[in-house]
Amino acid sequence: MQRSRFGHLVERLQSSWKFLVIFIPYAWLLIFFLAPFFMVLKISLAELRIASPPFTPMIATDPSGATVIRLIFDNFGYLLQDSLYLNTYLSSLKISIGSTLMCLLIGYPIAYAIVRSTPVVRNILLLMIILPFWTSFLLRVYAWMGLLADQGTINDMLIWLGLIDAPIRMLYTEFAVYVGIVYTYLPFMILPLYANMEKLDASLLEAASDLGAKPVTTFLTVVLPLTVPGIAAGSLLVFIPATGEYVIPDLLGGGNVLMIGRVLYNEFNANTDWPVASAVAIVLLLLLVLPMMLYQHIQSKEAK
Amino acid sequence: MGPKRSRFMFSVLCFGLAFLYVPMVLLVFYSFNHSKIVPIWGGFSLRWYKVLFQSEDVWAAAILSFKIAFVNATFAVMLGTLAALALVRFGRFRGRTLFTGMITAPLVMPEVITGLSLLLLFIGLQGLIGWPAERGFTTITIAHITFSMAYVAVIIQSRLSGMHMDLEEAAQDLGARPIRVLFDVTLPRLAPGMLAGWLLAFTLSLDDLVIASFTTGPGSNTLPILIFSRIRLGLRPDINALATIIIVAITIGVILFGWIMLRQQRQREREIQQAALN
Repeated sequence: MQRSRFGHLVERLQSSWKFLVIFIPYAWLLIFFLAPFFMVLKISLAELRIASPPFTPMIATDPSGATVIRLIFDNFGYLLQDSLYLNTYLSSLKISIGSTLMCLLIGYPIAYAIVRSTPVVRNILLLMIILPFWTSFLLRVYAWMGLLADQGTINDMLIWLGLIDAPIRMLYTEFAVYVGIVYTYLPFMILPLYANMEKLDASLLEAASDLGAKPVTTFLTVVLPLTVPGIAAGSLLVFIPATGEYVIPDLLGGGNVLMIGRVLYNEFNANTDWPVASAVAIVLLLLLVLPMMLYQHIQSKEAK
Repeated sequence: MGPKRSRFMFSVLCFGLAFLYVPMVLLVFYSFNHSKIVPIWGGFSLRWYKVLFQSEDVWAAAILSFKIAFVNATFAVMLGTLAALALVRFGRFRGRTLFTGMITAPLVMPEVITGLSLLLLFIGLQGLIGWPAERGFTTITIAHITFSMAYVAVIIQSRLSGMHMDLEEAAQDLGARPIRVLFDVTLPRLAPGMLAGWLLAFTLSLDDLVIASFTTGPGSNTLPILIFSRIRLGLRPDINALATIIIVAITIGVILFGWIMLRQQRQREREIQQAALN
């Protein structure tokens, strides 16, 4: 009797300990990750007013004394009507899809070359791919400002070589934004591709070539289909954050490149129209929810 | 592999690494330029390092950034490790899907959304319960912990799923309580992963501009906020000097860490070989 009660106590302690391990990080994420989105949603359904906070409350008392819930969808209507917002969303998608494809074209052969090198070289190469990821993102973007400027290194070189007479405008163009995104996000493409290719069975490639397949055929029929999970993971890892990118369009695109992250940031900081900024954020989130779920699905499948 | 193929591989690697490294090398190179205009070479000088070290704003911003990064990394490792333990070792529990979602989402969430939503939460809380009274160190740190812990959780998760339960089971069979198993067996085995997670959380925090700009208040400039406000207007040689210091410090750190990890791995392999021989 005494013993079983003690056993029961230990069991309860154990389960309460388990409860705490789950509860602490769970509560943190609920408060600081999930709840904020409901705040954004709430404010996106409010109206701008000149007061503090600068939006109307969701639950208010009308003149007759009754409590009313006010949901205003005007902000979303405004986003759809104003061609500026629509064009900005489209332009963001175009730039992020384009730079994802470029990352894939550059990253795929690099990841493949790393996998095919000897183990020692492979470790060094991996370290060299990861290193830029650890160094400051902001400074890597800044480095391209120096390369692309009118009096920058690239223009200087081209003039010195006699290829051009006057500098080509590269900084503050869409081209610069593409370069910046590809440059900073390339490691995010290479690493998932590498992780995927590492698991590739080399004997499959040998079998294909023994059976007379040309390298191109082997690549298209064996390697490419088997690396689809890596391609998908890497592409999503570039595409999703690139769509909402703020720093790169701001520093390398100047005012000439429309991207939604920049519009959102400026809408919030300069115009302080919180309801519209929140609506912009909600629409961006809706655009990215499917790719995010897809990414999570791939991750959980890979983990198994 | 034919010589033609390997030459192709070699050129791919050279091109890739050049693309990644040439911009940074140039950034470092121009930090030693005497000229005030970055891309025009005016002779070697340490002038901009002197300017940098005499700048009080830079020091203040660097100190604030390091404080935030330190507190952030420490909390992120604790929360991230708990989250990973819950996900890998506890099987099914209620709300697990939502939990997994909240752990993976911060990794890909555009920073503007995370930043905006946290700021709105802080403002909402302030109106509701009076906390946080002002934005700055605390709010930036909380924001950083929230996304850093997700990175830590991913690192620890991959370590945990690669670890056999046998040692934990042995300890439990020998009568150790779960808490003791956690502190005496599981956590020491996770230590390298936790260290990697701490370093990653530290650098992520030190590097973040967007989320910090949203969640900061007047007067609290972190280093990235200060750098950004200066380079928005164009190239600045003192920023090149600052960039050089940051790049060199991080490079040394990463290489040192990689070397230690590699040595540990080799030692483990040797021990396993020796054990197999005996």
